[in-house]
Amino acid sequence: MTQWQGELIRIDDYRWEIPVNYKAGMRVPGLIYASKEMLDSIREEQTPEQVANVAFLPGIVGYSLAMPDIHWGYGFPIGGVAAMNVRDGVVSPGGVGYDINCGVRLLRTNLTEAEVRPKVRELINELFHNIPSGVGAEGKIRLNEKEMIRLMTEGARWAVERGFGYQEDLEVTEEGGCLTGADASKVSEKAIKRGMPQAGTLGSGNHFLEIQVVKEIFDSQAASMMGINEIDQILVLIHTGSRGFGHQVCTDHLRVMEQAVTKYGIKLPDRQLACAPIESKEGKDYLAAMACAANYAWANRQCIAHWIRESFAKVFGKTPEQLGMRQIYDVAHNIAKIEEHTIDGRKVTVCVHRKGATRAFPAGHKDVPQRYQKIGQPVLVPGDMGRCSFIAVGTEKAMQESFGSTCHGAGRVLSRGAAKRGVKGADVVRELESRGIIVKAESVSALAEEASQAYKDVADVIEVVHKAGISRKVAMAIPIGVIKG
Amino acid sequence: MVTVRNMTKDFQILDHTADIGIIAYGRSIEELFSNAGLALFSLVTDLDTVEEKADVSLEAKSYDIDGLLVEWLNELIYFLEVNHMLFKRFDIESLIHNEANELKATCHGEKFDPLRHKIRREIKAATYHMLRLRRNREGYQAQVIFDI
Repeated sequence: MTQWQGELIRIDDYRWEIPVNYKAGMRVPGLIYASKEMLDSIREEQTPEQVANVAFLPGIVGYSLAMPDIHWGYGFPIGGVAAMNVRDGVVSPGGVGYDINCGVRLLRTNLTEAEVRPKVRELINELFHNIPSGVGAEGKIRLNEKEMIRLMTEGARWAVERGFGYQEDLEVTEEGGCLTGADASKVSEKAIKRGMPQAGTLGSGNHFLEIQVVKEIFDSQAASMMGINEIDQILVLIHTGSRGFGHQVCTDHLRVMEQAVTKYGIKLPDRQLACAPIESKEGKDYLAAMACAANYAWANRQCIAHWIRESFAKVFGKTPEQLGMRQIYDVAHNIAKIEEHTIDGRKVTVCVHRKGATRAFPAGHKDVPQRYQKIGQPVLVPGDMGRCSFIAVGTEKAMQESFGSTCHGAGRVLSRGAAKRGVKGADVVRELESRGIIVKAESVSALAEEASQAYKDVADVIEVVHKAGISRKVAMAIPIGVIKG
Repeated sequence: MVTVRNMTKDFQILDHTADIGIIAYGRSIEELFSNAGLALFSLVTDLDTVEEKADVSLEAKSYDIDGLLVEWLNELIYFLEVNHMLFKRFDIESLIHNEANELKATCHGEKFDPLRHKIRREIKAATYHMLRLRRNREGYQAQVIFDI
């Protein structure tokens, strides 16, 4: 495959612009956050073409943005951010993705590496036993349709009210774990049927659960606000989303949007970018159903966090309170949000699509929890299972130029097949164990698809957003125990 | 971005950075749809381990033929996920493709049995991304990418 040949204008070391005249039909320029070294693989994958395609969408303002973890997606690139004016803009399910509110939740503990190392295997087994994972995993939660409707309307609160976690978890969850505007009548019977048995499951693919050790603290003030006080402290990270429920919501509404494109006379360079005006019935219906799927994902991560606390309590013979298992934060990285941003000095209400991108609001923003008002919203950026994860915070710069958004993870560089050709699942397990990382997976062969070499190094990704100023790094942690779906 | 990984005469598997896809062939449009179903389930499990013990009737509808192919595959994915059905043969009983695009089919297979079937991967959706359905001298050819 030949490299993408278009022009990328260097703005500075970390910003590259696709000029608005690259293709007729672009309404705004494209802007890619990347280092010079990343550009080759970005061009190789043709992803700038997708950034340019997104710039065709009606109502898009500022730039069609891409984060350094950009990779090829459906229609929208993964790592893409696009804000549309609600007055005349569109909402596109492809700008959110199939796994609506795929996201990350991070818990802290009082435990240290020395205390946990000897018990990692036992812990991983306990977690594996307690948290359903893998292909077609069905949960321990039995829902009837009425409860399912409450769950998708109330989100994480539904779970907390049923004893899964604490009220204070909601305070440190994006949107308080419940996106307003959820309307179950906009969700199909099929989506409900797919979602009911899967509530409270980790799932498969790139979803995982990790026991991590803090190895570096870059900003001790921000870290201590989050309850990260020392090197070697243990954290637990959850990466999962809305399972089959979100996929069905996306599939159902893409079908509607396909027709809306013709109905509203929208010209698109790629069918997967199907969209409808935000203010149209089709647009509003999608946002109402998307909110249901987002809430499902928050309830899902809430339940899983509870079982993590239970598992630690059992293994260490102490209560979650004694173990200091407080939630640091929970972010969505596949979502569309109605937000207010300042564009050319004017306040504008926009629909921000973040597909494989994380909200990164600064200190003082009204949507940042009280606890983090002084430091900014925590941003959780997991790497792949063999490398490290980062914790950062949002900045004023992100607010000014990326609609309060930053990167979400490492970003694939190898296809699943190519990743598998290079390695065997069992080798991945052995190799990780030799580096002190215990892995347990429902499918060992699927593990090879998620091997480290399939991903960009998350440290390079975080360096770009840190130096570009759209987030500020706070701490780095490495895994010592991993569960893959 | 897309490379061929293996080939049989009815379909081939595509390898995509984040996901996986198929190219299905058919001398007729019905055969194309049937082979696309076969390709989907070959991604999910080893079809040699699946027996024809149950029949399920399915319908799909769209406003064009490309969309109908995506709908059909999404219908199969739904049945797999909710009813745990593995299918290995498809009788496309009627396939209209003019103003209306509708399909009726009977799918043959059995319920997933963890003792006999190994699930290779979870396929979550058929997408419109890089969707291509073409008629050529030999018949029909279609490319579909799945989200996994």
